[in-house]
Amino acid sequence: MRWFAIKSLRAFVTLWLVVTFVFFVLRLSGDPTMILLPDDTDAATRSFYRALWGLDRPIWDQYLRYVAGLMQGDFGISFRNNMDAFQLVRDRVPKTALLGWTALSIALVLGIPLGILAALYRDSWIDRVVMGLAVFGFSMPNFFLGILLILIFSLQLRWLPSSGSDTWWHLIMPAFTLGTGFAAQIARYTRSSMIDVLAKPYMRTARSTGAGPARRVISHALPNAAVPVVTILGFQIGQLLGWAVVTETVFAWPGIGRLLTTAVATRDLAVVQCIMILLAITMIAANMFVDFLYGWLDPRVRVGAGARTA
Amino acid sequence: MSTLDQDLKTAARWKPLALLARTPAAVTLAVGFMALMLCVMCFAQVIQPHAFDHVDLLNRMTPPQPLDGASWAHPLGTDTLGRDLLSRLLVAAQTSMLLSLLGTVLGAAMGIALGFLAAHKGGFRDEIIMALVDFQAAMPWFIVALAVLAFMGNSMVIFILIMGLYGWETYARITRGLVLSAREQGYAQAVRGLGATPAWIYTRHILPNIAGPLLVQLTINFPSTILFETSLSFLGLGIRPPMTSLGQMLGEGRDYLISAWWLAVIPGFTIFLTTLSMSILGDWLRARLDPSLET
Amino acid sequence: MTALLRATGLRKSYATGRAGLFRPSARFNAVDGVTLHIKPGETLGVVGESGCGKSTLSRLVLGLAQADAGEILFDGAPLPRADTDDWRRMRIRMQLVHQNAAGALDPRLPVRAQVEEALRIHKRAPERAARALSDVGLPPAMAARYPHEMSGGQLQRVVIARALALDPDLLVLDEPVSALDVSIQAQIVNLIRDLQAARGLAYLFVSHDVAVVRHVADRIAVMYLGRVVEEGPTAAFRTGALHPYTRALLDAVPVPDPGCRGGAVPRIGDPPNPAAPPPGCRFHPRCPFAVHRCRAEPPVLREFAARHHAACHRIEEIA
Repeated sequence: MRWFAIKSLRAFVTLWLVVTFVFFVLRLSGDPTMILLPDDTDAATRSFYRALWGLDRPIWDQYLRYVAGLMQGDFGISFRNNMDAFQLVRDRVPKTALLGWTALSIALVLGIPLGILAALYRDSWIDRVVMGLAVFGFSMPNFFLGILLILIFSLQLRWLPSSGSDTWWHLIMPAFTLGTGFAAQIARYTRSSMIDVLAKPYMRTARSTGAGPARRVISHALPNAAVPVVTILGFQIGQLLGWAVVTETVFAWPGIGRLLTTAVATRDLAVVQCIMILLAITMIAANMFVDFLYGWLDPRVRVGAGARTA
Repeated sequence: MSTLDQDLKTAARWKPLALLARTPAAVTLAVGFMALMLCVMCFAQVIQPHAFDHVDLLNRMTPPQPLDGASWAHPLGTDTLGRDLLSRLLVAAQTSMLLSLLGTVLGAAMGIALGFLAAHKGGFRDEIIMALVDFQAAMPWFIVALAVLAFMGNSMVIFILIMGLYGWETYARITRGLVLSAREQGYAQAVRGLGATPAWIYTRHILPNIAGPLLVQLTINFPSTILFETSLSFLGLGIRPPMTSLGQMLGEGRDYLISAWWLAVIPGFTIFLTTLSMSILGDWLRARLDPSLET
Repeated sequence: MTALLRATGLRKSYATGRAGLFRPSARFNAVDGVTLHIKPGETLGVVGESGCGKSTLSRLVLGLAQADAGEILFDGAPLPRADTDDWRRMRIRMQLVHQNAAGALDPRLPVRAQVEEALRIHKRAPERAARALSDVGLPPAMAARYPHEMSGGQLQRVVIARALALDPDLLVLDEPVSALDVSIQAQIVNLIRDLQAARGLAYLFVSHDVAVVRHVADRIAVMYLGRVVEEGPTAAFRTGALHPYTRALLDAVPVPDPGCRGGAVPRIGDPPNPAAPPPGCRFHPRCPFAVHRCRAEPPVLREFAARHHAACHRIEEIA
């Protein structure tokens, strides 16, 4: 319980720092009315909009109002089209979630078995091929991978659509683009973690009890090897989000990333703020979730929890 | 650290030729490519066949060798404004390399300094620095960078600062851990017992002894810094015309995939080869110098 | 003659295990009320099994660790606090050589540079390093070598040279030969003795090995679980040790040969856990002469012969 409280407090402090940071960086970067309104707008109109958007108040007052608004779920109004910023972002969540989960699934389905295979056949040709692929996978910038896929599968072979999100066919290329780099990293972490575990004395014990190789790997090695892999997963969520922005742009996938690039291009402050804060919340939540998962996988971390029956 | 010692021992005995014979071919190629990129970084202006921004509207979108209609005047062809693609590629590579290097060095310097500070001072300073590390790790930094660049405008200084802030927390965390363990090593304690000040011990003993793992980390982080820069430029932020970087070239070329695919593919491959070379190099260094870092 | 070093009532405790939120961590006294002195040019040997607090004692004496209680006077003045400028200056006068010579040297630097470093830190002429290395019997060609290119005995010579380069008045030798091969031990022990004869510096020589200590020390203090149980001139230990523990230690030495440290641990069972010392006389669970009083009342050091002290209730009866 104490552990949970400390974790939650830390997450909360981090979130507050993020919110503050986002507010000041974006607000101090210039007068939004200069950016948003046409150059020949007269002073009266400008001050009207400043008052409307609350920009005429002192900065700390704006900050307090902003934080108070956030606590009530009010992320402000899009300067562009006068819609609730949170509403705009929320509408895009399903598409990004679909893309992100598909990519993550691809990464796990490809990465974990390949990593295990490489670890089991360490230093053999299988290991070398898998690790070679992994180096390629995470050296490949995903905007470039996306473009190559479009060139090959959309323009040359004409098998898959290059942009949009109308059918399942549209999902294939973006999900692979986003998933490949992640799969490569997972394969590497799985491999090195498995190699560590396989060298542990309890694996030799398991062998001496006469457990078959498949059983040894599945019931003894995997749960232990999963611990570091899960930790890394949490750390990489932020990276995945960053890549998602690029991937959505390449494939014109109408998710949050695409919304962000357009909002950034049109200097839509409220929408950008909203996206950044929501992404930070996602990352912090993912990290906390990973912490819990970590405790579940490694009972030594848990304090006061009842032991799981194996 | 004993493996590192072991390695220093063997390294001391190695002859350069034996070193070359033991190096895998992929690593040799990676070193070669990085050497080429470093040359380009230093001498792009000297070796470019044309001025990279020279517009020649009569020679628009000529294809690269060995495609039909290519000319040796423009071995990689020309872009939509008839600018020589090879020259643009060289200058773009220069910009990307310079920025990534600067960003890496800045981030490493900051992270290493803060890591030392956290380890040396301990107490609440340590707590604050580690809280900053947590904070940095919880920020979707790429997205922050996007927003800041969009709102702060096209400023080179800000771009470099953002690049420098990217990844500093990794160095801080690693440095702190390394310093804490190195400080407990017998030699550090022995030099303290001789009457050396902490500054003396850190600069003459601890820093040189942890330089290996830090260098490995630097090599490993470099590819992601390149990707950071090229991704931002690809999205139209970061490096913008009339300047050019590999990401910016790729972003421009993306609009002409149907008519001139090479405009995107050539800079794309250059980025890919650079990150690939650095990754191979980093893996190899890590395996040689510090297996304990492998995660 | 005034003492070079005088320590009175030293006490140092360490935490065992981690402290909980509402539970202070358990502590044990590594050094529990030790009083000793060393005269200039003299060797005080400290003997005891591992865990008796002799390494902690040597760290306290050097000011590397701060005592919880007690006083240390060096040359009549209290020892400055660790890591102050005064304390750093004091390093010129007191130096440490411990068991792990390989660990005490930076793997990246040739050994001459490391001896020179001691001089550079105190802004002295680094040329004296060569002299220091030859004084410990290392040929000049060795000076350019790296630590990993040298043997354990050679490394220990380097560490001694580094300590002596500053020309200290007191050298603390904490198990200086324990990590070495038996054949090398005698060489290093003799080197240590010769250096003292030539330079007239004082030693605090700490070891678990009675035979080695008896060979080098002028006086010997025997430690058991953080306390001195017997202390006196070395000659007294040849003729008649008083404390049952000292006798057990001496009985365990098969032949009076400093090179041989076959069974230096007394054959009277395992030492108790230093974190939970028994009440009364701490030696009583292992003592063949223990009576009821030994279990209840801790004995104090008493003088039995000239400058020969021991802490035991029953010395008069068992002698």
